[in-house]
Amino acid sequence: MFGILTLDAFKHDAIEMIANISMILGFLGALGLLIYLKRVKWFWREWICSLDPKKIGVMYATVALLMLFKGLVDALMLRAQQMFSVDAHQGFLETSHFQQVFSAHGTTMIFFVGMGVVFSLFNLLIPLQIGARDVAFPFLNAISFWLFGAGALLVNVSLIIGNFSAAGWLAYPPLSELQFSPDVGVDYWIWSVQIAGIGSLLAGINFLLTICKMRCPGMTLMKMPLFVWASLGALILIIFAFPILTATLGMLTLDRVFDMHFFTAGSGGNPMMYVNLIWAWGHPEVYILILPAFGTFSEVVATFSQKRLFGYKSMVWAIGAITILSFIVWLHHFFTMGAGASVNAFFGIMTMLIAIPTGVKIFNWLFTQYRGRVLFKTPLLWFFGFAIAFTIGGMTGMLLSIPPVDFQFHNSLFLIAHFHSMILPGVLFGFFSAFSYWFPKFSGFKLNEKLGRCACWCWIVGFLVAFMPLYTLGLMGATRRLNHYESSTGWQPLFIIAGCGIVIIILGATFQILQIVVSVIERKKNLDTTGDPWNGRTLEWATSSPPPIYNFAIVPEVTDIDAFWDQKLAKKKETPVYEDIHIPKNTPIGAYIGGSAFLLGFGIIWHITWLTILSAAAIPFFLIVRLSEKETEYCISAKEVNALEDARRRPTA
Amino acid sequence: MNEVSNSTHDSYSTTLLGFWVYLMTDCILFTTLFATYVVLHNNTYGGPSGRELFDLRFALTETFLLLVSSCTSGLAPLSLDKKALKKTFFWFGITFLFGAAFLVLELSEFTRFVEGGNGWTRSAFLSAFFTLVGTHGLHISIGLLWMIVLLVPVWKNGMTLLSCKRLHCFKLFWHFLDVVWIFIFTVVYLMGAF
Repeated sequence: MFGILTLDAFKHDAIEMIANISMILGFLGALGLLIYLKRVKWFWREWICSLDPKKIGVMYATVALLMLFKGLVDALMLRAQQMFSVDAHQGFLETSHFQQVFSAHGTTMIFFVGMGVVFSLFNLLIPLQIGARDVAFPFLNAISFWLFGAGALLVNVSLIIGNFSAAGWLAYPPLSELQFSPDVGVDYWIWSVQIAGIGSLLAGINFLLTICKMRCPGMTLMKMPLFVWASLGALILIIFAFPILTATLGMLTLDRVFDMHFFTAGSGGNPMMYVNLIWAWGHPEVYILILPAFGTFSEVVATFSQKRLFGYKSMVWAIGAITILSFIVWLHHFFTMGAGASVNAFFGIMTMLIAIPTGVKIFNWLFTQYRGRVLFKTPLLWFFGFAIAFTIGGMTGMLLSIPPVDFQFHNSLFLIAHFHSMILPGVLFGFFSAFSYWFPKFSGFKLNEKLGRCACWCWIVGFLVAFMPLYTLGLMGATRRLNHYESSTGWQPLFIIAGCGIVIIILGATFQILQIVVSVIERKKNLDTTGDPWNGRTLEWATSSPPPIYNFAIVPEVTDIDAFWDQKLAKKKETPVYEDIHIPKNTPIGAYIGGSAFLLGFGIIWHITWLTILSAAAIPFFLIVRLSEKETEYCISAKEVNALEDARRRPTA
Repeated sequence: MNEVSNSTHDSYSTTLLGFWVYLMTDCILFTTLFATYVVLHNNTYGGPSGRELFDLRFALTETFLLLVSSCTSGLAPLSLDKKALKKTFFWFGITFLFGAAFLVLELSEFTRFVEGGNGWTRSAFLSAFFTLVGTHGLHISIGLLWMIVLLVPVWKNGMTLLSCKRLHCFKLFWHFLDVVWIFIFTVVYLMGAF
């Protein structure tokens, strides 16, 4: 009846039980709050069923931030273990639990925090910045989000039912094969990543088409805002890289379920094939995460320097170069495979080349500020944190790109320090900068500036304290994923400093939560009635905050880069003539498909045949139901648009 | 550009281009499987190699079946545009029959291998073979089901712009599978048999 699922799956040690209970309480608390506020139906209708990219973007961000909390707790547990697990002390985590925690930390942060914030920004900003009313395929967008949600849910369910993978965040075989990982952990990893990955692929196609087909009149490619350009690069990478992930995970599944021999240690399998394939996806993935952050900083730096971005064209070319180069460097993740001197040299040189376009970008941002009227608001502060930390990470990356040096550093904490220096400032600082910059656009009020600064400083200082010691530790010979060591190594003081860094980072995160709470309470004081709180340059600031469901009552026409700045200078006043606007109707089917995908994953993980078959049949069933619907749009008449626009132009009482 | 102001979502050209992009992602999925097959095809681990297993006459028959069905799937939309429904059904019917025949042949080949003790568990080579060819077969099966799903509303309500758009997407899908098969025929069967 329940496959291999037995009551044993619910037995956990004390620490896991605490996590489970707090997770369940958190869920029940949120549900109770909705019931208490009588908002259940509203929540279902306006959010779960929504096809509005602005709402889907907010939901992406919410899931990503919840997962960030989980990932941070994982990180804290890892460092807490490493601070005290010396000599006779074994620390507080059992070995198998420690392995699950580091696997879950990486999986959570990359697939569900990184990808979550990236797609949140795509949803919120791309339609607004290109002057469009919607994305190319609104329903597909909902499916993408719910597949992402289903994957995130599977990771969390693994805490309660069964266990998560203990094979690291990329589940290298042969360790991840059935022979060495016989429990459901790796299956949880495969299916959560697979389902979320297919969601990402579909969203990638959707937003590529949105940029190609939905730009407003006059917005040629070379007049697009740089965030859109950076996103375009990331989307091309998604489209090229994610099918590789799908196929690779598929083959690992076949190995585990049907006893095939792609990556097994025996029967002719080739584990290094997996490592090659997973990094052929994995390296572009890094740039998928970081390019939207580059785009964000390009917008933030220009706005807060009150100047057009320096070197628009070179920025575009740099994005293009990064997009292409990111596909020919994957082997630098495993120089130690022993591919030979010439192969390693090629990949080493390609890796070094990436520093050129990245350097172009950093200098362009700095030159933009030169002779600009720089306003040191929170979004720009995040940029400075990013610029410093990212440059340190970039330079250590250059060290690692030299194959003979890499042989010394491979899988040491030096490497861990390097990629955290890239991803943490790149993706997280980028998103936090975007969050404080665009928050007023989607909420209608600004965030508390003082608390934002406190959070920013805590994150920057915390980051440096947490990761600089890791470079030294790596040089001293400490490898990654250690749960115990001898005090004679002299590592403990540095591990303790690194642990303190995490505490400072968590303090920063606390400030951020506080900032949101305080800002919501004080929102009347910081209302944004103009729609343009920062004296912005791009089209999203041309509409009200928050934007109406149709984004723009009149589709804008663009003549220059920084279209809105251009409009402001021109100061044209015309009596607007409105038209009927068609908006897709909300539908719950996207959520149903996500739910079915979740059950499908769960059924396969636990070998529950009937559940697998039912949920596999449910997905095409729901698709057919949706595709045979006739009326999928409703019309807002020109008169109603007029009334809505009048109401929004009236000063808020 | 007018598409934006009329805000007709999923407009014709956007859907077709979107479907093209989807096909390219599928192409990369197949590329990954091809690359794996090429790397693993000598890892027979004491089991049979392609030369001992493959029957080229069989594979050639499959190829012609699929080519014919691809050809008729290209003819069907021609009459579809002229609103000649009967012809459309005729050509799609032939497409379906040849596609189904291809699938039957492929499955009989798989059965023959498995019954001879050469299933996908035998060696890395056979794992890669069954996965690459099987993934193509899976696509063909999905295509056959999709064809039925698309044609039922046309049978009931006649041709609409929406059905027309979807049948064009299907045609692209079917041609794409044919192209993939040509590569399978070349890389797996021809290069494996000599």
